[in-house]
Amino acid sequence: MTWFRALFRSTVGLKWLMGTSGLVLSGFVVVHMFGNLQIYLGPDAINAYAESLRKMPLLLWAARIVLLAAFLLHVLSAVRITQLNRAARPTPYELWSPQVTTYAARTMFMGGVILAGFIVYHLAHFTFGLTHPDHFKLHDAKGRHDVYAMVVLGFRQPLVSLSYLLAMVPLLLHLQHGVSSFFQTFGLNHPRYNRIIRALGPIVSLIVFLGNCSIPLAVLAGLIPYPVVGK
Amino acid sequence: MRLTLRIWRQKDANSPGGFVTYVKDHVVPDMSFLEMLDALNREIVERGEEPVAFESDCREGICGSCSLVINGIPHGPGRGKASCQLYMRHFRDGDTITVEPFRAKPFPVLRDLIVDRSAFDRIMQAGGFISVNTGGAPEANTIPVPKQDQEMAMDAAACIGCGACVAACKNASAMLFVAAKVSHLGLLPQGQPERYRRVRNMVAQMDQEGFGGCTNTFECEAVCPKQISVRFIARLNRDYFRATLLEP
Ligand code: HEM
Ligand code: SF4
Ligand code: FES
Repeated sequence: MTWFRALFRSTVGLKWLMGTSGLVLSGFVVVHMFGNLQIYLGPDAINAYAESLRKMPLLLWAARIVLLAAFLLHVLSAVRITQLNRAARPTPYELWSPQVTTYAARTMFMGGVILAGFIVYHLAHFTFGLTHPDHFKLHDAKGRHDVYAMVVLGFRQPLVSLSYLLAMVPLLLHLQHGVSSFFQTFGLNHPRYNRIIRALGPIVSLIVFLGNCSIPLAVLAGLIPYPVVGK
Repeated sequence: MRLTLRIWRQKDANSPGGFVTYVKDHVVPDMSFLEMLDALNREIVERGEEPVAFESDCREGICGSCSLVINGIPHGPGRGKASCQLYMRHFRDGDTITVEPFRAKPFPVLRDLIVDRSAFDRIMQAGGFISVNTGGAPEANTIPVPKQDQEMAMDAAACIGCGACVAACKNASAMLFVAAKVSHLGLLPQGQPERYRRVRNMVAQMDQEGFGGCTNTFECEAVCPKQISVRFIARLNRDYFRATLLEP
């Protein structure tokens, strides 16, 4: 593990750790968003999807452990590098006029802190069933955990929906900078591919944003019915 | 033109500084920014006050001495030029211009607009060289260099070490400078033997000096007088990773 210690000690190494863990987290966020979209296919589809994940405990737990490790590594290196970066400019400019630094790039740390808070809430809500235990206990006709009902009932509460919608803004910004950024961190920068690399962050982040936001909005608009009649 | 200049004045490294406002008349659009400051200093000296201290040498964009943050942009508005190559035609009559020194912990202010950039020299001493025993110069053509490598190496070697990249970066990161210096040697055959040791040592020195880390905002590239590409930072990242993992 000497290489790990060496990476954690240098600013360049920290970027490698942050980029690798950021790639894992971003990959998960994209896959997770597409998984969530199955709510539009009705209760049977999404409950079966959730059930199938539970039937593969080894895979599920491996994924959870990798995600947890990536999350901890990401936060740890983010805190360290942000400390170093802030210490590097003790006296701020009276006037600083960035030419190309985006809002997203400037707010990576604070956005990340909001995301971390949201992730804790989100897990308490849907994974551990702590915030709405009554929604969490439901089972469908086939005796499966009723994920569909849990999501719809949760999002019918305007404040719950609002918190999810608001949290998607820092996620949009974080991925907008982050997804293009890890290519550079991994040393992938070539004039032939830079246009696509720099477009990827904005495109991926927008897809995730729209996909995720559509669900609470659709529930609030009554487009995702519960209980489902005629089935 | 008549300009209002808000200039950072600071007696020495240990005194607190502050902005002093000067009104400068008779500014000609064809003056360079530094010539305008020279003219201002003449007026200040005639009044019996201390002139504004700023650095310059070549005044043609090749030495890297000049180091002003003009209206929040290192080397001022416009691309690919140093402060000494900025002309007053970029400003309008009646403008207020704020002039500050480069700000970074490893670049302490020595006086007014002059900062100490010897941190860059120490980074160079850590690895910005190739070790060869001197003797008769070998025949140059015995070491073939592919044209594209030679061109890229020369692009990197264009860095004049001014430090604007550090000044512009929100993290005061020196990555563009270090990447340029690592790459111009790392791309050439003569730089190969020390390639991985070089990147590790230069990055270690950069960190030790207290520069921040790169977060890929690319602000450095936008202000660099030599328009050094952030492509070299990607190259440094690759070499550094390889150096840490494979050649400890
Ligand atoms: C949904 C969870 C998250 C995802 C998908 C994610 C993704 C990413 C990605 C892809 C990067 C770019 C890495 C690179 O440039 O090599 C990144 C950078 C970063 N992340 Fe996250 N991240 C998440 C959560 C967090 C959290 C919780 C924090 C802080 C507590 C955080 C703070 C940062 C910081 C400070 C950076 C570096 C900023 C920069 O390079 O400009 N992130 N993240
Ligand atoms: S990379 Fe550009 S901005 Fe940085 S020191 Fe070299 S010439 Fe100056
Ligand atoms: S004075 Fe030499 S680069 Fe400006």
